[in-house]
Amino acid sequence: MNTAVTRAEDDTAVEARRRRIALVASKGTLDQAYPPLIMATTAASLGWEAGVYFTFYGLDIIHNDRLKSLKVASLANPAGPIQLPNLLGALPGATAAATKMMKKWMTDARMPTVPEFIEMAQGLDVRFFACSTTMGVMGVEEDDLIKGCEIAGAAAFLDFAADADVQLFV
Amino acid sequence: MTTQITSLAPERIDVVLDCSGLLCPLPVYRASLALNQLSPGEVLEVIATDPGALEDIPALARQTGSVLLGVERGQDRHRFWIEKGSRS
Repeated sequence: MNTAVTRAEDDTAVEARRRRIALVASKGTLDQAYPPLIMATTAASLGWEAGVYFTFYGLDIIHNDRLKSLKVASLANPAGPIQLPNLLGALPGATAAATKMMKKWMTDARMPTVPEFIEMAQGLDVRFFACSTTMGVMGVEEDDLIKGCEIAGAAAFLDFAADADVQLFV
Repeated sequence: MTTQITSLAPERIDVVLDCSGLLCPLPVYRASLALNQLSPGEVLEVIATDPGALEDIPALARQTGSVLLGVERGQDRHRFWIEKGSRS
């Protein structure tokens, strides 16, 4: 009848179900592990349903052995913590130094570590989807992953993402 | 329903949460956990120094169906009062 009424009805419909965010985490560097975990944790804090699809190198973020040793790339990363001519980023130790520096920044800023963010997210019931194709390609077994992951193909994730209000790719 | 946002502390404050020195998303994360412990009508005070909190805490109130009663915007330290809603 009029726009205001229609909008009010739409709002009621949205209120009736929880908002949802679907994230894709495709990168396995320390710096790129944070954004999807922060977004998912925040969304869950707002009362949203949140799910993260860990695919390709992003699978490292939920890999038991690898999640604690994620690194910051020192080569081809002009925005990295160490401001050196790009080529020097290939020197032995440069990646370790860049990683150490970012970890120090995070600790000094009292930011949680990646494992801590994972615990926070899972504590808020964020769903972690592990890409089955990546697992097959990289030879990752279910036991290699942290507890509470759901193994899923693209269709299963898209089924979840289709009803999401926000979808982000990292 | 529109509520007048004031910079005066409400008469009722049930829980105070100090998030000084914490950056996004921690003030929202902690405030959310604190709100979950409250009953509808109870009031949470959040103290934060992250400038992002000036937008984040009101967003938390909106998204969780709570009511932002007031904000005291300081030089680098802010106080927020949120009344727990019935939905969150």
